[in-house]
Amino acid sequence: MELLSGAEMLIRSLKDQGVEYIYGYPGGAALHIYDALFRQDDVKHILVRHEQAATHMADGYARATGEPGVVLVTSGPGATNTITGIATASMDSIPMVVLCGQVASHLIGEDAFQETDMIGVSRPIVKHNMTVRHPSEIPQLVKKAFYLAQSGRPGPVVIDIPKDMTAPNGRFEYEYPEKVSMRSYNPAVRGHAGQIRRAVDMMMNARRPVIYAGGGVVLGKASQQLTDLAHELGFPVTNTIMGLGGFPATDEQSLGWLGMHGSYESNMAMHHSDLILAIGARFDDRVTNATDKFCPGARIVHVDIDPASISKTVQADVPIVGPVDSVLEEMLSLVRESEEQPDQEALEAWWKQIREWGQYRSRYHYEQNGDNIMPQEAIQALYRVTKGDAYVTSDVGQHQMFAAQFYPFDKPNRWINSGGLGTMGFGFPAAMGIKLHMPEQEVVCVTGEGSIQMNIQELSTCKQYHLPVKIINLNNQALGMVKQWQDMNYESRYAHSYMESLPNFEKLFEAYGHVAFTVTRREDLEPVLEKAFAMKDQLVFVDIYVDPYEHVYPMQVAGGSMKDMWLSKTERV
Amino acid sequence: MRRIISILMENEPGALSRVVGLFSQRNYNIESLAVAPTEDPTLSRLTLTTEGSDKVIEQITKQLNKLIEVVKLVDLTEGSHVERELMLIKLRATGAQRAEIKRTVDIFRGQIVDVTSTVYTVQLTGDGEKLDAFIQAVGTMGVLEVVRSGVSGIARGEKVLSL
Repeated sequence: MELLSGAEMLIRSLKDQGVEYIYGYPGGAALHIYDALFRQDDVKHILVRHEQAATHMADGYARATGEPGVVLVTSGPGATNTITGIATASMDSIPMVVLCGQVASHLIGEDAFQETDMIGVSRPIVKHNMTVRHPSEIPQLVKKAFYLAQSGRPGPVVIDIPKDMTAPNGRFEYEYPEKVSMRSYNPAVRGHAGQIRRAVDMMMNARRPVIYAGGGVVLGKASQQLTDLAHELGFPVTNTIMGLGGFPATDEQSLGWLGMHGSYESNMAMHHSDLILAIGARFDDRVTNATDKFCPGARIVHVDIDPASISKTVQADVPIVGPVDSVLEEMLSLVRESEEQPDQEALEAWWKQIREWGQYRSRYHYEQNGDNIMPQEAIQALYRVTKGDAYVTSDVGQHQMFAAQFYPFDKPNRWINSGGLGTMGFGFPAAMGIKLHMPEQEVVCVTGEGSIQMNIQELSTCKQYHLPVKIINLNNQALGMVKQWQDMNYESRYAHSYMESLPNFEKLFEAYGHVAFTVTRREDLEPVLEKAFAMKDQLVFVDIYVDPYEHVYPMQVAGGSMKDMWLSKTERV
Repeated sequence: MRRIISILMENEPGALSRVVGLFSQRNYNIESLAVAPTEDPTLSRLTLTTEGSDKVIEQITKQLNKLIEVVKLVDLTEGSHVERELMLIKLRATGAQRAEIKRTVDIFRGQIVDVTSTVYTVQLTGDGEKLDAFIQAVGTMGVLEVVRSGVSGIARGEKVLSL
């Protein structure tokens, strides 16, 4: 058997796990690891400019591919800088493995230079974390970390690695374990057959059904199964913002997305339904509005891999714990075998009602404001120019909502946003992580002039590794979503929601070796986007000056039910 | 409603802090906590008492089960069970009070485990209410210090919590 040092075992384990790229930043406690990295070519390292960006790069890669992203940082500030990225991944159940250097074992607890209790600091925002206590256990721990990150409900896993564990003079027998088993961790492999039958019976008897599909469908690679089941039943489908693309948005049965800024027809259909089939969704407060007024006439079937997600905020009538793909497959075969059929007359009447809602307020509705470019039309132009087939990442705020509303996704894993934590600064590094792995694909970050400045240092990383992503900046010269809330709830007192002293973006991007265009007139919008996307080898920033007054609508009325919405600045239903 | 949740978990560093952290993170309340290794040194048994509606207790048990180191758990209050708590209580014992304390300890079937010319240290086991009653009974006699172990519990009959 081969004899390797702890650091060598760590890198070799990554290689044997099939890891091609890791993202990180070196520092004292991680230097043995970086030296081992230097002396091999299999695992490639991307040097970011801030550790937070490393986690978002890993995260973007994970969301686009389903594979865990890997981060390597040093102790102390290196480790704490990953916290926002770990929390982002945790809230959206994204598989990620974060390797953190730590001060040498004999110094732990002595407030040594660059010492932080990373296990303690990260505990509430990881799926699991662990410390290396002997170099020989490194391969086992790495295997365990990947297994935990990917299986069941995915999530981030941190390994804390004291410097002495990776010392070059130690030599240990290396063998990468083929599998790992843990007596205390056994995620469900299939749903309860009896419960699945009960659910199918309810579907057959539903008169006003809605399928409410979340990010679990994307993570669980169950889009095809969901689409097949929905088509077989003829039921309407609404996606959560995390689940966009899990069901094709341009499909006739799609109602768009639901919740705080969801479509009118989705929220109305949910509220008036008699059966909600929730698949890999978690009844988040941004979806349900006030839970005591939530969908009063609906019985609820809830399928999720995580039992703790079921009946957490809204009580399920039929809970089904299991992987969404296999549960949906079982449902589909039961539906196909069944002698019963959903009541076609009831379903037709239901669709008629839904179409009326859709006509009353189209999900693509917005109003022009003079000559100003509306943010929605900028997204629609982006959709046309990229033929609806780009990987679109976003930051957080109004631009995120407009992108989700006006760029219909027909494929899963294409819409990459921080839905749970709402992390500004996420979109750009996430786009970088995707572009690195899929250089042939069009990868675009939709951002705002607030968010982009939260990880703008990564322009330098893009130059170093040649990552020609496109960045679409919806520039309304304000923190738009904050301003919208201030308009609606604080009598337009704009407490720090404005952006004075914006940089000259063209010069800034030029300084980093990239290209930037500014768009101020409607007629320039599409031609400039065409020009930007034609520059395949360049990172291009398109700064689009949009209407500074626009709000995101619909917007649910706080404390109301799903059907209580503002549809414009003046119309409340 | 008050519940006793008993947990078998990996006897590993950090496992206890995950359980305790979960309670504060999710705004649950721990009233008492007792933890020690079991006859199998790789496992610890943790018993905690908490209070909450059925919905909250359901979330607590689900969230606890999600912790990677938690192997198994049971809500003892769902079935018949025995619960015990140990208390050590130090009392000022001088003059006529010495006999009075002795009598009270006997009534509660406790033991005096340490004696000085002015102090008795009493050991008492029972459920929480019994320990409260004893403190009340001796309350006027000068309680110097009280140490309680927190509740331990076990199901009655054949039912066991093991691997």
